[in-house]
Amino acid sequence: MDKTVALELKNVTKTFGRVVANKDVNLTLNRGEILAILGENGSGKTTLMNMIAGIYYPDEGAIFVDGEEAVIRSPKDAYDYKIGMVHQHFKLVDVFTAGENIALGLRDGKKFRMKEINARVTEIAEKYGFHVDVKKKIYEMSVSEKQTVEIVKVLYRGAEILILDEPTAVLTPQETDKLFAVLRRMRDDGKSILIITHKLHEVLALSDRVSVLRKGEYAGTVNTAETNESELTEMMVGKKIALNINRSTPQNVCDRLAVEHVNCVNREGVKVLDDVSFTARAGEILGVAGIAGSGQRELLEAIAGLQKLSGGAITYFDPQNGERVNLCDKTPTQIRDLGVRLSFVPEDRLGMGLVGNMDIVDNMMLRSYRKGKWGMLDRKNPKGLADDIIRKLEVVTPGVHTPVRRLSGGNVQKVLVGREIALTPTVLMAAYPVRGLDINSSYTIYNLLNKQKESGVAVIFVGEDLDVLLELCDRILVIGGGTVTGIVDGRTATKEEVGLLMTKFRRTEETQETAGEENHDS
Amino acid sequence: MSAIVGFLSSAIRLSTTFLFGSMGETITEKSGHLNLGTPGVMCVGAAGGCLGATLYVTAAGGAVNPFLAVLIPALFALFFAALMGALYSFLTVSLRANQNVTGLMITTFGVGLGKFVKGALGSDADVAIGQICKYFRTLFPFADKLGWFGQLFFSYGILVYLAIALAIVTSVVFRRTRIGLHLRAVGENPATADAAGISVTAYRYVATIIGSAVSGLGGLFYIFDYVGAWDSGLTATEALGWLAVALVIFTLWRPNLGILGSILFGALYILPNYLNVGFAQRDLIQCVPYLVTIVVLVITSMRKKRENQPPASMGLNYFREER
Amino acid sequence: MIRNEKAKRDPLFHISKRETLPFWKSAGIRAIAIVAALLLSGILSAIFIGVDPFTFIGKLFEGVFGTERRIWTTLRNLSVLLLIALALAPAFKMKFWNIGAEGQVLIGGLACAVCMYFLGGKAPDAVVYLCMAVSGILAAALWAVVPAIFKAFWGTNETLFTLMMNYVAMQAVSFFTSLIVKDGSGTMKNATHLHGVQFPQIGNAYLLTILVAVVLTVGMWIYLRYSKHGYELSVVGESENTARYIGINVKKVIIRTMALSGAICGVAGVLLVGAINGTVTTSTAGGQGFTAIIVAWLGKFNPVFMILTSFLLVFLEKGTSQLDLMNNAFASMITGIVFFFIIGCEFFVVYRLKFRRPVRKESASDASVGGNAETPPSTETESGTPTEEKSEAESATEGAADGTASPYRRVCDKLAQGAGTVAKACAKGFGALRGTCSKGMKRLKSLFGKKNPEEQRTEEKDAEEEK
Repeated sequence: MDKTVALELKNVTKTFGRVVANKDVNLTLNRGEILAILGENGSGKTTLMNMIAGIYYPDEGAIFVDGEEAVIRSPKDAYDYKIGMVHQHFKLVDVFTAGENIALGLRDGKKFRMKEINARVTEIAEKYGFHVDVKKKIYEMSVSEKQTVEIVKVLYRGAEILILDEPTAVLTPQETDKLFAVLRRMRDDGKSILIITHKLHEVLALSDRVSVLRKGEYAGTVNTAETNESELTEMMVGKKIALNINRSTPQNVCDRLAVEHVNCVNREGVKVLDDVSFTARAGEILGVAGIAGSGQRELLEAIAGLQKLSGGAITYFDPQNGERVNLCDKTPTQIRDLGVRLSFVPEDRLGMGLVGNMDIVDNMMLRSYRKGKWGMLDRKNPKGLADDIIRKLEVVTPGVHTPVRRLSGGNVQKVLVGREIALTPTVLMAAYPVRGLDINSSYTIYNLLNKQKESGVAVIFVGEDLDVLLELCDRILVIGGGTVTGIVDGRTATKEEVGLLMTKFRRTEETQETAGEENHDS
Repeated sequence: MSAIVGFLSSAIRLSTTFLFGSMGETITEKSGHLNLGTPGVMCVGAAGGCLGATLYVTAAGGAVNPFLAVLIPALFALFFAALMGALYSFLTVSLRANQNVTGLMITTFGVGLGKFVKGALGSDADVAIGQICKYFRTLFPFADKLGWFGQLFFSYGILVYLAIALAIVTSVVFRRTRIGLHLRAVGENPATADAAGISVTAYRYVATIIGSAVSGLGGLFYIFDYVGAWDSGLTATEALGWLAVALVIFTLWRPNLGILGSILFGALYILPNYLNVGFAQRDLIQCVPYLVTIVVLVITSMRKKRENQPPASMGLNYFREER
Repeated sequence: MIRNEKAKRDPLFHISKRETLPFWKSAGIRAIAIVAALLLSGILSAIFIGVDPFTFIGKLFEGVFGTERRIWTTLRNLSVLLLIALALAPAFKMKFWNIGAEGQVLIGGLACAVCMYFLGGKAPDAVVYLCMAVSGILAAALWAVVPAIFKAFWGTNETLFTLMMNYVAMQAVSFFTSLIVKDGSGTMKNATHLHGVQFPQIGNAYLLTILVAVVLTVGMWIYLRYSKHGYELSVVGESENTARYIGINVKKVIIRTMALSGAICGVAGVLLVGAINGTVTTSTAGGQGFTAIIVAWLGKFNPVFMILTSFLLVFLEKGTSQLDLMNNAFASMITGIVFFFIIGCEFFVVYRLKFRRPVRKESASDASVGGNAETPPSTETESGTPTEEKSEAESATEGAADGTASPYRRVCDKLAQGAGTVAKACAKGFGALRGTCSKGMKRLKSLFGKKNPEEQRTEEKDAEEEK
């Protein structure tokens, strides 16, 4: 294999306000190789790739394509340099066919004939072993099919350098394997591939070399053949940092919430929760680990009364009298009226937990506005609560009447968590509560959750950072593809153990997948 | 028999107003603009044509060239209506104003402007329209000799054939060309179109301007061909404009279906004249186009078939930085 | 090479959302827009109807406040328009685009008229009044609830639905009129068909409507700001997801709010029929259902601001109708122009233009803001920060404006200079312009032959002035 350099980054730096996303990053990508970019969440992988793809422009440093300095200011410029990126969030028009989406925005000077475009698409797909039904509409497609369309779109535009941002996050293990096979074939065809991931086993299985980013900085590159998981982990996290989250021994543990054999089908008819059973206990933090989109959101929403179940039972044990309360098929209002104090910090803070355009007081009122008399609102108590939260959680805001959308991510989260805790819940559910937060804010949140646990609340914590899960939680529920793949003790489990459970797949999915494929071929 | 042929051929004639109006609105809506100013744009088109006709007839004195007599008013109508489209686009795209509010303003303004132009021209305009409307109305002199066949297919003016041809062309452009693909993408998902390097701004501007110009021809046709005189107060033109907006929904944003849909609307509109009915029944019949449109709207929303939905971003302005 | 090319393609200015603007500043921008629009209208009136801008504006005021009766009618018209706008406010706040107010008003009026027809003279007056009010309000509420139900359960596009309902309502009015009035004139006469029923006057013919509007304005202000319902509907409008999350029944809120919206339209319809016109025709609402949309929108759905915007609209309409020559045509044109300006100026209230800065580093950061990336929100640390970035960029702009030699400042100076020159040229050229215009018009008219006497008069006046 020849070793000509296809792409080179020299001392690339990018800052957003005061936050340095990338600092002095150097990178080389050879022709005909797969280079994995490894890094934890928030290590600046996506920003770096966006700079190559023309979405951001570096503040400092330079990008060289085929040895010449390149100025890439827009995705179109990137295509001119034969660089194409497949984003995590697909950019496809739902009502168009795969072929039409691929043809979109194309200006190749040729006459526009869908037939020819479709033929060419099929040809490209076959060359690398894809299956693309060019006449299928995007809204009828599964996530993996959509991803395939995105990849073919990039190839169709003649990209020689492909960037894939977390392509496996939304795929099942089988789909991942298939994708990897395709990527290897592309590499053998002379294409250069940059793949972002934070999953070590995938890196080892696929890549030729690995470049590691750590907190926005370049931590080095190694040949995959000469490395192993522990070395990569060390490069990724740097020297072992103890997180020092104070985990107290659970006191007065008792069952608070039982989820039994819960099934749930989403709007597209896909089974998102499959026979999920577990118990959340008072005085304990139950962690939920899993690849993004494995059913965590649906699980919490089902408990909160926002998701219709297609089977199973959710039972709440009243702490006062020990009575069992059925929470199945209840609306949030009904759950509240049953006297169940359930708090929920959803993943989508400004889209669900809070209203971005309302001020802090009005956002406090979301939970309490029904308490007003005569059909009128009581703004006095929420105002007091808002002042309280701002003071206690050190929320940085110009005032209580500032719309929350203008606060920074950490402060938004403090407002949300503060409000939910103010309900004095007996069950507290938090989905990715530290996502996008800086270290200090994250610790504020951990401490709040720990305090809740100590005061006898059953805490359910959905997280993505395994280190945090292992240091914070008493038990960890691992969820994969909508099923519970295991429940482990947070004190004794190892990262590998949890990671393995996360990627464990089930038989049912396998059969589904093959069935889908048969359809595809016919 | 002859009554039916007469009815059908009148329906087809009137349908041209709807067809131009709805085709223009369809082109506009495909780009994601819900232009509720279409009735106003049609009035402006009529007034523009009126201005062109008056200027031409006055300038030409007695010797009116049939070709120019049609062409000049048509160009004026296109130009003035296009200006309204440009105004709408400027406010909604460049100044990001609310589309509904802007559209309604365009209607108020357009009707006012139409009346004003006619008022300023005075009775000269009536003379001019009277003098040249015959050139709008006939294209094939042999139509009379072909009996019912000729009356049904060849008895119309040039604009009728132009409308049908344009509808077919538009429909082909939407489905078969790159421009059509890009336009639909802009209306469905402007963010994706933008990411694909398509200029959302340019497409929205151009589609709205062309759409408005086409709608303007509807007003021109109604005054110069169908009525052959200035419709006092433009009330009928405005009402027809709203029906054209309804027709867009009724035909599920498809100009080729629009040909049939507009004939149906035209037939319903003139049906009371052919039936010996009282005023009350007349009102009921005239209500039908709106009711069937509502029914179509409801049924498509219940069936949730994605292809039949309005363009997904219709009514929403696109602003790249807002994410 | 490439870099130069790219630099040229940088936009001249960059648009970004403003942080909050102090009240006086936003009010100032709007005031400037209104003044500019009035001036433009004045110039147009000078060209087309030969009234100079200052007389024009003077005449507007005269038309609105000239006599006591005019003041009363102004107030009454304002009240009706405000009532309809009040009806729309909650629906719009919920992001339900009810453009069916016209039809809702008509149906309310129709139901009211039907009561007058059947009960007038047969039942005690008090009963008739009660029936008129109740049936009108109920009918309009029901009319509005129909699209709301379809929206709530099937997501039917409410803009198109309510728009169509307007014309169904119009046909319904004309249908009932034809049923009652057999002579084909299409108008119900209050005395003959509706038994001369009319709501009792309070003080004078105008006060009832005005009082109702005052009460409902206060009521709506309280409803939107201090009631649970008002809070719920704004949550639904802002984010349906949040509404579901806190257990608001979204469907119920949509239907309830539209029922309220329709009911208030019904009030307007009842007043128009029972207290103002004494009869119902297809033009009873007279396009106010559409105008009210603009009033509500410009008033930001705040009843207090809406008083101002509806006043502005009524002012224009009444004012121009006094100097009008041709069928209100000029009036609606002027109204259109003023509102184009106001709609347009909202842009400058919400956004700010940042002019291109030539230093490459800065413009580079600009380009990144303009990048069309969809960074998934809050997946990584950096994505939480764009707001900070923007505010920094803005402070940079302001900083640049302080430095005297900065290019930004130079642009400002140039602009100011240019404005001065333009103003001077305008002042000088205005007289000339009017002369030319009137000459041009004269020539145009002589080309067309006849003149109407009024135009002739103005021309003569112009000719004198020219001398």
